[in-house]
Amino acid sequence: MISKDEVRHIANLARIGITEKETDKFSRDLSSILDWIAQLDKVDVTGVLPTAHITGMNDVSREDRIVDFANREKIVELFPEGKNGYDKVKSVL
Amino acid sequence: MIRELHEKLINKGITAEQLALDYFDVIKKKDKDIFAYLTLTNEMALEQARGVDAKIARGEKIELLEGIPGAIKDNLCISGVRTTASSKILDNYIAPYDATVIKRLKEAGAVFLGKTNCDEFAMGSSTENSAYGNTKNPLDITRVPGGSSGGSAAAVAAQEAVWSLGTDTGGSIRQPASLCGVVGLKPTYGRVSRHGAIAMASSLEQIGPFAKTVEDVAIILSAIAGQDKMDATTAHSSCKDYTKYLTGEVKGLKIGIVSEYISGLGEKEKKSIQEVIDTYRKLGAEIREIQLPYSKYSLPVYYIIQPCEVSSNLARYDGIRYGLSVNDEKDSDFPTGGMPKKLLETYLDSRRYGLGAEVKRRIMLGTYALSSGYYDAYYLKAQKVRTLIKKDFEKVFEDVDLILIPTALSPAFKIGEKTEDPLAMYLEDIFTVTANVVGVPAISVPGPEVEVDGKKLPFGFQLMGKWFDEENVLNAAHAYEINK
Repeated sequence: MISKDEVRHIANLARIGITEKETDKFSRDLSSILDWIAQLDKVDVTGVLPTAHITGMNDVSREDRIVDFANREKIVELFPEGKNGYDKVKSVL
Repeated sequence: MIRELHEKLINKGITAEQLALDYFDVIKKKDKDIFAYLTLTNEMALEQARGVDAKIARGEKIELLEGIPGAIKDNLCISGVRTTASSKILDNYIAPYDATVIKRLKEAGAVFLGKTNCDEFAMGSSTENSAYGNTKNPLDITRVPGGSSGGSAAAVAAQEAVWSLGTDTGGSIRQPASLCGVVGLKPTYGRVSRHGAIAMASSLEQIGPFAKTVEDVAIILSAIAGQDKMDATTAHSSCKDYTKYLTGEVKGLKIGIVSEYISGLGEKEKKSIQEVIDTYRKLGAEIREIQLPYSKYSLPVYYIIQPCEVSSNLARYDGIRYGLSVNDEKDSDFPTGGMPKKLLETYLDSRRYGLGAEVKRRIMLGTYALSSGYYDAYYLKAQKVRTLIKKDFEKVFEDVDLILIPTALSPAFKIGEKTEDPLAMYLEDIFTVTANVVGVPAISVPGPEVEVDGKKLPFGFQLMGKWFDEENVLNAAHAYEINK
């Protein structure tokens, strides 16, 4: 069971603002999904290596070379708040 | 269908411009009821089409896809076109670059009619999670088209596009293809570049085509496949013309079936799959019973790995760099004491108002599973079980060339039927997620229809192949299609 306090903690880690009503719903939803996921407890994985992705490829590298992005100004236009071509970040404290 | 339209274009039976206009007419007539499209790209389409017409007028040779109109799922970037992934948080996002698949299709001369609706950030199995409203199944508008690529499947089924692109992370191409009665292919992980696809679960997702026929799907795959320096997970491969492998010959091909997958179906669905198996047998394929003991864990493995990757990938929507930013004009739910909003409040509010319920649920689930103290129990455990599931497949593919299973549990379900219970919706993916967990190619092909409430509805079957063996998957699908 995921408690309401845990839900608030996770929401804060995930940077999602939630209401009191949502806290309730997330507590129920997440608990039922995690209960269902618990069937994995039955699987013995002793000595099994994890698979992060299936291609088996490792250390794919390419030449470290700067390639200019063709549409720079279009990225700047997407800033919610910009100044002189810079993206404005809110004050942290 | 593409080949016929191509012939018509070269024989001057129609111009590419007129062809595009005809499709926009169909869209105008039908899409108010179906809502397959979020954005129409009329100007771009007509410009692309006129370019093809000019080539034909100059007597130049045109390639198969030139002038052929299609639709693009709204989580794939087209430069200069609004790309929302059906989320309010990207409501104002104009993509500043082309996805690699878009670049390749442009080079192949294809025409883009518009962007199609999907579940928000491709999370869902019914397109009901779109922030812009749900797409309806063109064969019965009281039913869902499936999802998440519901708009792309519906557009092809309703003749609102010749072909379309979707993305498939847990079945998001194959399940809607089954529900809408069209062909849908999820290529091998690493076959198609994901650059420019709005990232959701990076170790699982692939871009793939929808069309009315297997040949058309093969034509689109030939255009979009291949290594890309912008996606380090694309495999080294030479460009192929996949239509060359469509011989329609399956004699001696070994097809594995999993009896527990079939016995779990309803009687009518069972009969549909059985007829497909009988057809393959008649065509000379050898049907073998196989066991995939760990595959029953694919769905819970998927619902750990997918939310974990989601929580990481979607961290980029922060209200600072692009997309929705809930600014000082809108009241914060987090009292600021009369001061302007600070960084944390901007994060919390932007994500609160910008993201939908299912997206939040998955981010929360992934954040929990990756949080301190739980990583080993959930994420690492899931990755280990993933290894066991993959080993099942490696072993089975020593004995058989393909695996034939259902695509979905049933034909299209009613709108609203599964929205209340997230788990019921997750179970929709039960037959499709395994191909994503192990990365093999898989196609859904319309099989014999299934009657529901006195109405015949499409029901697909699925063929899974060996890694990078799209050739056999497509050919076997083609063999069924021309012999059914």
